[in-house]
Amino acid sequence: MSISRRDFLKIAGLSGLGIGFSATDLLWKRGRADAVEYMPSPKGLTAKRWAMVVDLRKFRTEEDYKRVIDACHRIHNVPDFGNPKDEVKWIWTETFEHAFPFQRNEYLPEGIQEKKALLFCNHCDNPPCVRVCPTKATFKRRDGIVAQDYHRCIGCRFCMAACPFGSRSFNWRDPRPFIKEMNPEFPTRTKGVVEKCNFCVERLAKGLKPACVVASNGGMIFGDLADPDSEVREILKTHYTLRRKAELGTRPSVFYIIGGEEDA
Amino acid sequence: MYDAGKILIGLIIFLAFATYPFYSNMGKAVAKPEPKLDTPVIQKMEVKKCVESKEFMRAEHMQLLNQWRDAALRRGERLYKASDGRTIQISFQNQCLKCHSNKKKFCDECHSYAAVKPYCWDCHFAPKEAKR
Amino acid sequence: MLEKALIGSRRYWGWIFFLLAVIGVGFIFYLRQFSYGLGLTGMSRDVSWGLYIGQFTFLVGVAASAVMLVIPYYLHDFKKFGKIVILGEFLAVSAVTMCMLFIFVDMGQPIRIMNVVLHPTPNSIMFWDALVLNGYLFLNIVIGWTTLSADRKGVAPPSWVKPLIYLSIPWAVSIHTVTAFLYAGLPGRPFWLSAIMAARFLASAFAAGPAFLIILALIVRKLTKFDPGKEPIQALGKIVTYAMIANVFFLLLEVFTAFYSRIPGHMSSFEYLYAGLDGHGKLVPLMWVSVVLAAVSLVLLINPGTRRKESLLVVACAAVFVSLWIDKGFGLIVGGFVPNPFERVTEYWPTMPETMITIAVWAVGLLVLTVLYKVAISVREAQLESGTDSSH
Repeated sequence: MSISRRDFLKIAGLSGLGIGFSATDLLWKRGRADAVEYMPSPKGLTAKRWAMVVDLRKFRTEEDYKRVIDACHRIHNVPDFGNPKDEVKWIWTETFEHAFPFQRNEYLPEGIQEKKALLFCNHCDNPPCVRVCPTKATFKRRDGIVAQDYHRCIGCRFCMAACPFGSRSFNWRDPRPFIKEMNPEFPTRTKGVVEKCNFCVERLAKGLKPACVVASNGGMIFGDLADPDSEVREILKTHYTLRRKAELGTRPSVFYIIGGEEDA
Repeated sequence: MYDAGKILIGLIIFLAFATYPFYSNMGKAVAKPEPKLDTPVIQKMEVKKCVESKEFMRAEHMQLLNQWRDAALRRGERLYKASDGRTIQISFQNQCLKCHSNKKKFCDECHSYAAVKPYCWDCHFAPKEAKR
Repeated sequence: MLEKALIGSRRYWGWIFFLLAVIGVGFIFYLRQFSYGLGLTGMSRDVSWGLYIGQFTFLVGVAASAVMLVIPYYLHDFKKFGKIVILGEFLAVSAVTMCMLFIFVDMGQPIRIMNVVLHPTPNSIMFWDALVLNGYLFLNIVIGWTTLSADRKGVAPPSWVKPLIYLSIPWAVSIHTVTAFLYAGLPGRPFWLSAIMAARFLASAFAAGPAFLIILALIVRKLTKFDPGKEPIQALGKIVTYAMIANVFFLLLEVFTAFYSRIPGHMSSFEYLYAGLDGHGKLVPLMWVSVVLAAVSLVLLINPGTRRKESLLVVACAAVFVSLWIDKGFGLIVGGFVPNPFERVTEYWPTMPETMITIAVWAVGLLVLTVLYKVAISVREAQLESGTDSSH
């Protein structure tokens, strides 16, 4: 019996495909023990739509801001490179006129233009970063938190171009040598991935509020935007609040109280 | 055959490269990997059992870790109900490594033998570093 | 046919080894970037894309421009392009190769590149860009190779290539449209948020690509026995002229919208690029070089007397190429990031390693181009010798 080269190649190709398919089938079934289940921790804090109110009236001294920033950066192992080129940050300050460029108004009450705002990821309801990510490394959880999977991130930085709020940082180099005190409970990041504020998902799972909220002495209020009786909704009902660049339609979940009478 | 000399030389060079891993390791005895389980936490355990059976963990731990990661990170499901009914907190750093605190003798033992370099430690702390 | 690339003059081999040496040097720098991270480049938190992505964007245009030969030849039966269509197709292969390499060297975690395939995400424009670029590379290799080998044997190309050729026309438009969509759909970057972005990309592509092709054709004529011919070059010259006019027109439309509306966000990137912003103006000289070169090229191209003189046409084409290289390969990307979302200015300039890696990627592209052109030209030269010219 003789087969032509053409036939041989055909058979070889088909068998290759067959082997390939059966291999993927094997991989599919692997790694699952019988009758296992995954579930959320009953201790965890849950919500339909997490949101934050930042009451800037409560931030009076440099120390008020620093306490909050340090609390976040310490527990999340955020490095301090000491130069703007490599900079990685989850929460930081920026003056009102730069934080809310569309609200610039030279006739605002004295001190407002220079007043510092605390900035971090807005956890948008309609997040452009999630829309552009080519690997679903960044995604929106069911409770509204925009999270980032550092295992999957390929470091294309499309999300950084897409975020209108400058909330995302890239690890331009290995961050480990630049972390002052390591928190062994939380991982670091590696070079070449994008990172940002995660609304403290790891603390929420344990039933704890975000670290910044705890450190803010009432300056930051965290709660469920979908629950009409929640604390954040109470505040939003009784105070005039601003969201950063709301006109872009990303629907940020972070609200700011800028000035006015302090009643709380 | 045309250019027989050139073809033969080419073949010999190819074979030399292709078989390099074999003859470079020939005669060298590499110790069989024996991962150790004698960490303080494991020794204190009454029933010495991991999340799943030893056989399952040996063969499938990487798949399980991937599933744990996706469950915890993406779906917020941080509890794992194992096949024997126990409920286990999902966390590589704060669960797996609490028992297996001997990275060198446990993880690296096989990984080095099989010449695989998982990137876990780029971000997760190896237990030793945490102690400092 | 590939064996034709293994037989060449001393000058040919000198050029090949020169390119290999440049690639080698760039590769060493890439290894450094691989181990240190992208911090080795001039990019920062505020300007998070730079020279690499700029080159990628520019070269997608060069690749798409092959269609400017394919349309006249295959759709309008413009026979004079018959012998040089292959030069366009092989230029596309080389340009797409460079595009992919530029994306690769820009990645923070290059070893995870397969995640794009493992977790396909149709809502990401990046996913579509990867898809259309790979498809376009495949189409051009198959079409170019098949038509050339048929040509060599003096027979008509197999009938199954025709549908592929027709498919390659909208496909070429798609690669540059999708690339424009990478930028034109981002809410917080007013400089890019413009519906005319894709059209402007195509116009600049159809100017820069054929301009480069004219230069290449003249080099081919000088160095080899194959003469692409006077008329095809003149026809290409007209294409460059119209495309360059359209490109400048589109750019001016952007300027009008920004400065007549006087919306600060839409003006500030232009101000930064062409005048400087808040005392920062690193790119200003470069952008004006681009403007001046564009103006010079338009004068030379629009005037039929100068366009018909090949010595002046080649000057005009070089001016078009460099002008658009600056405008699209550099200014467009950096300008989109300045000012940053807080309306502050952070400047960017590529570092030495970044520049070396960029040059090396270009060298890879030129190497691919040289080898493919060598094959194509050897076939043409053989036709000349034996007198079997099938294209007439």
